[in-house]
Amino acid sequence: MTNLYSAPRPVNTFKGVTLPTYFFSVTAVAAVILSWLLFTVLRPTGDEEYEINIALVAMVGIIIFALLVFVASLRVEGRRKAIDRLAGILVTTAFLIALTPLVSLILTVVTKGVIRFDADFFTLSMRNVVGEGGGAAHAMVGTLIMTLAASAVSVPIGLLTSIYLVEYGSGKRLTKWITFFVDVMTGIPSIVAGLFAYSLFEILLGPGTRVGISGSAALTVLMIPIVVRSSEEMLRLVPNELREASYALGVPKWLTILKVVLPTSIAGITTGIMLAIARVIGETAPLLIAAGFSNDFNFNLFQDRMQSLPNFVYYSYVAQGSNPEAYLDRAWAGALTLILIVMVLNLGARLIAHIFAPKMSR
Amino acid sequence: MADEPAERALARTAGGRASERPGDRIFSGSARSAGTFILVMLAAVSAFLLVEGFPALAADPSEVGLFDGENFWQWVFPLVFGTLWAAALALLMAFPLAIGIALFISHYAPRRIATTLGYVVDLLAAVPSVVYGLWGGAVLAPALQPSYTWLAENLSFIPFFEGPASGTGRTILTAAVVLGVMVLPIITAVSREVFLQTPVLYEEASLALGSTRWEMIRTVVLPVGRGGIISAAMLGLGRALGETLAVAMVLSATGVITVNLISSVNPSTIAANVALSFPEAYGLNVNALIASGLILFAITLVVNSIARWIVNRRADFSGAN
Amino acid sequence: MSMRIEIKDLNVYYGKFRAVEGVTMDIAPRSVTAFIGPSGCGKSTLIRTLNRMHEVIPGAYVEGQVLVDGNDLYGDDVDPVLVRRQVGMVFQRPNPFPTMSIRDNVLAGVKLNNRRISKSDADDLVEKSLRGANLWEEVKDRLDKPGSGISGGQQQRLCIARAIAVEPEVILMDEPCSALDPISTLAIEDLIEELKSDYTIVIVTHNMQQASRVSDMTAFFNIAGTGMPGKLIEYDTTEKMFSNPSVKATEDYVSGKFG
Repeated sequence: MTNLYSAPRPVNTFKGVTLPTYFFSVTAVAAVILSWLLFTVLRPTGDEEYEINIALVAMVGIIIFALLVFVASLRVEGRRKAIDRLAGILVTTAFLIALTPLVSLILTVVTKGVIRFDADFFTLSMRNVVGEGGGAAHAMVGTLIMTLAASAVSVPIGLLTSIYLVEYGSGKRLTKWITFFVDVMTGIPSIVAGLFAYSLFEILLGPGTRVGISGSAALTVLMIPIVVRSSEEMLRLVPNELREASYALGVPKWLTILKVVLPTSIAGITTGIMLAIARVIGETAPLLIAAGFSNDFNFNLFQDRMQSLPNFVYYSYVAQGSNPEAYLDRAWAGALTLILIVMVLNLGARLIAHIFAPKMSR
Repeated sequence: MADEPAERALARTAGGRASERPGDRIFSGSARSAGTFILVMLAAVSAFLLVEGFPALAADPSEVGLFDGENFWQWVFPLVFGTLWAAALALLMAFPLAIGIALFISHYAPRRIATTLGYVVDLLAAVPSVVYGLWGGAVLAPALQPSYTWLAENLSFIPFFEGPASGTGRTILTAAVVLGVMVLPIITAVSREVFLQTPVLYEEASLALGSTRWEMIRTVVLPVGRGGIISAAMLGLGRALGETLAVAMVLSATGVITVNLISSVNPSTIAANVALSFPEAYGLNVNALIASGLILFAITLVVNSIARWIVNRRADFSGAN
Repeated sequence: MSMRIEIKDLNVYYGKFRAVEGVTMDIAPRSVTAFIGPSGCGKSTLIRTLNRMHEVIPGAYVEGQVLVDGNDLYGDDVDPVLVRRQVGMVFQRPNPFPTMSIRDNVLAGVKLNNRRISKSDADDLVEKSLRGANLWEEVKDRLDKPGSGISGGQQQRLCIARAIAVEPEVILMDEPCSALDPISTLAIEDLIEELKSDYTIVIVTHNMQQASRVSDMTAFFNIAGTGMPGKLIEYDTTEKMFSNPSVKATEDYVSGKFG
């Protein structure tokens, strides 16, 4: 039988030469030094303010490192191994690149946000405030009220719909339609939801209406598909054996759902709801359109415009009055508050999922 | 599901005809109404948008101040261009990065920290868009501005970098970077799940043939996950198309169609334009903006449908057998 | 084109847990050796150390030596990728790559090392490998169809074709027939008979009749109790192991008293 692809075998065919471990740290250091030298040499003559940008040095350093490793590996270890190493470097670099905006964002928000992170910020509104001072309390109240109202509608409807999809609707045509439309709804751009809410209330209450409940309506449109999706997933995870055991005991279907299925999946459902809230609490665009802008406290959902925290941040940045720094400081403080709220909700959701999920054998 | 008939039979025999128990009737009725409500709501969204948007299309263009002498389609076209252009740029930057990160988490990082790393990337998704907008306008734009100057000085023969460089850095490219950062976690999360679900069976088959880790990824993980990756990209694209704040707060827009990435003359997107113009709009201008929102809705619908179609089409080569 | 395998005092660990203890045995070239024993006795673990596939599981490592034609697989500077190039493996569940055609499946291993194969060389190799796996006649008209679109027995033979296309020295088979129907099983057993004239074959099986039909030498493994490491109890010609084994445990297992 002819050997088509076997080269004559060397003595030990399993041994490959590998680059020694110290090679990589040495090369990394060398690459950074080379990069720094490059930027120093490239300094345009006569430019006194030339500062060497650390980020650029790091980036070019990584490129030089990758090149050096690849070439060295190519000569010492062979083509396949060299490509393998290069892939590893690229993939790790991708991860580091992703970290950069995250780190930059968090650092900026924290350092700039603490400037106005004071009691005033949390207790005062912007009423009669021009320039310094004032706070975002009215915006926080508005966010709270509108999000609660939206949840009060979305959670029951979303949960009931997912119950229908999983428990009652298998195979029915209505289910297919609902699933399809929930799919569509997850893709609605948030500003379109805002336009819809505005249109709805324009017809109901006249043109130019901007009111809290309209904002809630927009948020509801955004929240419902999220709640349906995640609840549906959680309900499907409940094993059928549990339901059958309940029926076999003579428990009617609706009680089975209430007392067996829901309690089993409640941790996951709660997580899903919390994540949905975290999503919409940061929504600006729809509220901009539907609920408008206000400097004042407003506790009435059905009358007058209502400010929300994300909107507060937006307007503080976009419409900086005579004292831009004061507005910017407030914007960053608002951003910090938003991020804290969202993080707490996210972490809380995961914690609940972790602690309260029934230990089901996989 | 084969369990279904058995379950229904059981439910039915659970002490009498289940469908006639009042409890069940009320409960299943409310569940079904909730589901129907969603259908109604979506129909309502489309209907209202059409009703409110239509006057702008039907009216005499000269009556609509926003159109500035043009008609609706002439006015909306640059916005559509801007929307697609910004989203495409964002996806171009985010997609390869996202795949790399997903691979890093699923196949390169040590098992123990892989979940934590996944959480870290998910944190990016939790940040509200207004904060991204703030960061983009206040931090990123000034940081990128020197690069734009450099590009305008050295590479201006390429149409993308024609310049003159924007003084503030608030260009469509900056906005696209922010958009890219925003859609990165979605694409990463979905792709990560796809890669993690690659059947170990095929990975071992590849390794047993003597492949390196990258070769295994290239021949097994990526092809098997192709449908999932594409749907991840489409999800990201849909998100980028509809994103308002990042663009509104970062971009200084003049509404012109151009591929110049670094100047202060930039196209705007539909969403950003609505956000910026709506608060002061009145009369027919409002209708025009709503009509543009309808167009955006239609675009995202098409993108999402294509995504679903692609996923379904590749089912037989997906390894689901 | 086939090598002798010498296992010298091999211990296999998963983290702190010793899964296999002190195995020493020689496997002759161009023979079929069967590893038998009750489930959990470590025979699958052991066969995976012969091409360093156990390293796929984090924390798995070995002490001892495995020499293939005198070269230690676990020596310094040994690249597992090179090892697996020469020690091929067929798995319990057939695993042709689902996104590739039958033709591409056969060529998968070869393409890794030899990017530029001319089309005619590739076609020759595909035909030669498929014939070697007794699959050519059945699939020669559908080489471009997906590799997962054929029956289980055919898929397994495709995996064997894929393994022999890279011309290994040794072929390891980890319970290759346990997911197949009896007719496909017989086809594969016939194939093993033919393959042994060119390759050294090691096969793990829990089907004793299969071991007695197919192998020249048989190794019996056992564990003293759960949580204990597996050990090589007896290793001899198949004929002797099944008719007149020296160790009582072997005789008990072979006659079906346990396992």
